[in-house]
Amino acid sequence: MLTFMASDSEEEVCDERTSLMSAESPTPRSCQEGRPGLEDGESAAQWRSQDGEEDHEEDPDHYVCSGVPGRPAGLEEELTLKYGAKHVIMLFVPVTLCMIVVVATIKSVRFYTEKNGQLIYTPFTEDTPSVGQRLLNSVLNTLIMISVIVVMTIFLVLLYKYRCYKFIHGWLIMSSLMLLFLFTYIYLGEVLKTYNVAMDYPTLLLMVWNFGAVGMVCIHWKGPLVLQQAYLIMISALMALVFIKYLPEWSAWVILGAISVYDLVAVLCPKGPLRMLVETAQERNEPIFPALIYSSAMVWTVGMAKLDPSSQGALQLPYDPEMEDSCDSFGEPSYPEVFEPPLPGYPGEELEEEEERGVKLGLGDFIFYSVLVGKAAATGSGDWNTTLACFVAILIGLCLTLLLLAVFKKALPALPISITFGLIFYFSTDNLVRPFMDTLASHQLYI
Amino acid sequence: MTAAVFFGCAFIAFGPALALYIFTIATEPLRVIFLIIGAFFWLVSLLLSSLVWFIAGTITGDKDGPTQKYLLIFGVLVSVFIQEMFRFAYYKLLKKANEGLKNINADETAPSMRLLAYVSGLGFGIMSGVFSFVNTLSDSLGPGTVGIHGDSPQFFLNSAFMTLVIIMLHMFWGIVFFDGCEKKKWYALLVVLLTHLLVSALTFINPHYGINLVSAYIIMVLMGIWAFFAAGGSCRSLKLCLLCQDKDFLLFNQRSR
Repeated sequence: MLTFMASDSEEEVCDERTSLMSAESPTPRSCQEGRPGLEDGESAAQWRSQDGEEDHEEDPDHYVCSGVPGRPAGLEEELTLKYGAKHVIMLFVPVTLCMIVVVATIKSVRFYTEKNGQLIYTPFTEDTPSVGQRLLNSVLNTLIMISVIVVMTIFLVLLYKYRCYKFIHGWLIMSSLMLLFLFTYIYLGEVLKTYNVAMDYPTLLLMVWNFGAVGMVCIHWKGPLVLQQAYLIMISALMALVFIKYLPEWSAWVILGAISVYDLVAVLCPKGPLRMLVETAQERNEPIFPALIYSSAMVWTVGMAKLDPSSQGALQLPYDPEMEDSCDSFGEPSYPEVFEPPLPGYPGEELEEEEERGVKLGLGDFIFYSVLVGKAAATGSGDWNTTLACFVAILIGLCLTLLLLAVFKKALPALPISITFGLIFYFSTDNLVRPFMDTLASHQLYI
Repeated sequence: MTAAVFFGCAFIAFGPALALYIFTIATEPLRVIFLIIGAFFWLVSLLLSSLVWFIAGTITGDKDGPTQKYLLIFGVLVSVFIQEMFRFAYYKLLKKANEGLKNINADETAPSMRLLAYVSGLGFGIMSGVFSFVNTLSDSLGPGTVGIHGDSPQFFLNSAFMTLVIIMLHMFWGIVFFDGCEKKKWYALLVVLLTHLLVSALTFINPHYGINLVSAYIIMVLMGIWAFFAAGGSCRSLKLCLLCQDKDFLLFNQRSR
């Protein structure tokens, strides 16, 4: 479930800029290998386009507000649009990078396309002779998976509501530990196997340890923004690869469709769990789950003497450690967490800073986009056209969603439009375009 | 079918487009978005043409035989029509979007129609080139001998050059097309459609690569010259540009405003 969050309207001057929706993505538990369970999380992608704020126009108390009081509405809109294209590109780049990593791995490492068992969330097998039975099994698998996601989301919302921050914190740390160490180790092992590179255990241990430790620090505590972004992209890619490997064919497509519908419902319905999470966070004036959000925040400071490095650091660090971890189940499609880069507590700084907040997109969005493109690359006869078509379709869906976000200025799900386009283009390209292009290419005809 | 063939053909086909992208489009986010939307429009047009071809194929029902070849030719011609139709549709969309952008955002950062013509043409071209060539490219990495059954051994090279010319042609067609739409010169649209049909039809005579490639390149040069003048270039500006006297050119432009 992805939600896009736009900046609050002008009248909510003192509110949280955007609410984040926590989405839970299912954490795959592989029953065969007895891996520790990953937590489910919903991906909530919140995208917040924030207007730049002119400090001198702002009341210091309102620095956290999204709207700029006193600024004419037209100027606000203009700023939104001026920053809109840049924000779209700031999301295109990481999404593209994640997809490239996933597709490159799928096309080269055969481990992720081999069928090696299924998750316990998809217990029904698809090795049945009849089409009807296979379809039924995939629908049942989807129902189980989605209900697991729903339950985990509600559990998370309840935990958040009753302020069990320590529990959420521990949960998130556990899941990112597993992702950063175990899955990385397996991935590295498979890549080395594919390229027939020998590596001794001490070197491997050193590499994995460094990678994982730095990742934990960057994601849960402080770190350079670029490094944090890179780690988030990598864990999304790893998660997507796990899904691609362990979800059976038809179930994967049905799950993708169902999760878009769920995302839509969870974010837009008044009683949806994600919406409730966002509203709770807004009431408490807290940032929601900073950790599982990809943030491309930037800060400008406008020629003022007082340049507070800590407030700049605040942009980069995942907010309060306890707040972050609450949503940091890596499985969770990012909680679109929009936090004010200046921490409340530095009221003086904002006056001097012109900030441009970046956009935030939930990690779950990354994961499911990559699952779609990766599945398109994995299935089929080594056809690149299908992969490229899905890629373009997803980007266009993301563009449209961001446009809607700029128009509606409230939390929107990021999955439905992109996944719908992706699915349409996958099936139509695979069945219609591929034979056409193959025939053309074999006769060397050009259209 | 070595790595040399792969890299060589890849850079022949996509080098200029990549250079154009890096130097002119990658710097501006709005241009990137319009490029991707252009690529998407071409993709949808391809989808429609495949659908038409598929339906025609199922109607005639003859799996093998000469009707397949005629069906393919029919498919190609229909595809060209649909592509040009979508180019027109993209023009309409851009016109509306431009007006919308101008109403809201009154400053000069909204891109001009000429720039959008170039970007959309390049988007169409890149998508078209990639879809035509990427599967062939990935096959070239694998084992095999080209032309072992008597086909031409220049298969990859020809495909690469053809892809390059198609990408460039789409870019020029985009510029000429939009210019024709803006100035209501409908003959420009007709010429674009006819040259597109001509270039595609010439590929029917493959593998006689000589005539096919040479005429495609001649058409590309002609369209390039037309596009240059349609985009506002002139002999004088070209001379100034080549002699690195751009400042004069800028001043000249300002004076003429």
